Amino acid sequence: MLFRFRVIVMPRKDLLDPQGRAVSSVLRDMGMKVKDVRIGRSIDVEVEADGEEEAIKMVEKMASEVLSNPIIEDYSVQKL
Amino acid sequence: MTKPKAGVVVFPGSNCDRDTLWALEKAGFDASFVWHKETNLSRYQLIVLPGGFSYGDYLRPGALAAHSPVVKALRDFKGYVLGICNGFQVLTEAHLLPGALTRNLSGRFICQWEDLVVVNNDTPFTNAYEKGEIITVPIAHSDGRFVSGGQSFTPVFRYLNNPNGSEGDTAAIVSEDGRIMGTMPHPERASDPILGGTDGIKVFMSLYNALK
Repeated sequence: MLFRFRVIVMPRKDLLDPQGRAVSSVLRDMGMKVKDVRIGRSIDVEVEADGEEEAIKMVEKMASEVLSNPIIEDYSVQKL
Repeated sequence: MTKPKAGVVVFPGSNCDRDTLWALEKAGFDASFVWHKETNLSRYQLIVLPGGFSYGDYLRPGALAAHSPVVKALRDFKGYVLGICNGFQVLTEAHLLPGALTRNLSGRFICQWEDLVVVNNDTPFTNAYEKGEIITVPIAHSDGRFVSGGQSFTPVFRYLNNPNGSEGDTAAIVSEDGRIMGTMPHPERASDPILGGTDGIKVFMSLYNALK
């Protein structure tokens, strides 16, 4: 069976995100009341597994070991 | 006398491999290139992961190279390992060194000469330096901000004027067993007067001293 997931990887909250900072300062210059911007990435993966439990296990493994670096990033997994 | 053997890994996207090979030969090594698919490293006493943009820096710098066959083979390798710039990023992504390297605080690519303090000369990578010596070596990176993430680490070089926001002004670290070093500054780019400086060649001379 095919399963589709979206893995969201974000810079950790305690780490300064220079991209987000640059974008928020431009938005503020445009007159928008922006308090904070953080930039991460969204990764859609399609996996083949016998059941949902196996598929989730596989995606958790790839998210924690490859798609994100736990020292600098947090991730979350959504089923699509 | 046979020369010690060094391998310079070539990933798709490596771009400092030739300079590094040249510096190793200048320091006395019998140096050759190692393709990233190689799994047998037994003929080498030193493996160098050079600077560049392995796998296009896709996902995160070093993240994909960390899962390549040659880096897997490094886990069983008993010799010395030096990671320069992207090579340092690969070593942290592979958990062969602690911490991580993330976006410079300025958000910019920085390419300039930096003054460094040699805080540790009791390593095979720095035995030719004096402790406390100030050296000048170029950096060239977007993702050079070292963060430990609470993991303990041993600094080897520190920046005098921290250019990227690295924790503890850290420019280079060495593994607990002293066998693996990662450095963001490029010693091979300071290995001949024609390049503007020679302070970096002592990294390769130190390794030669340790292995001859």
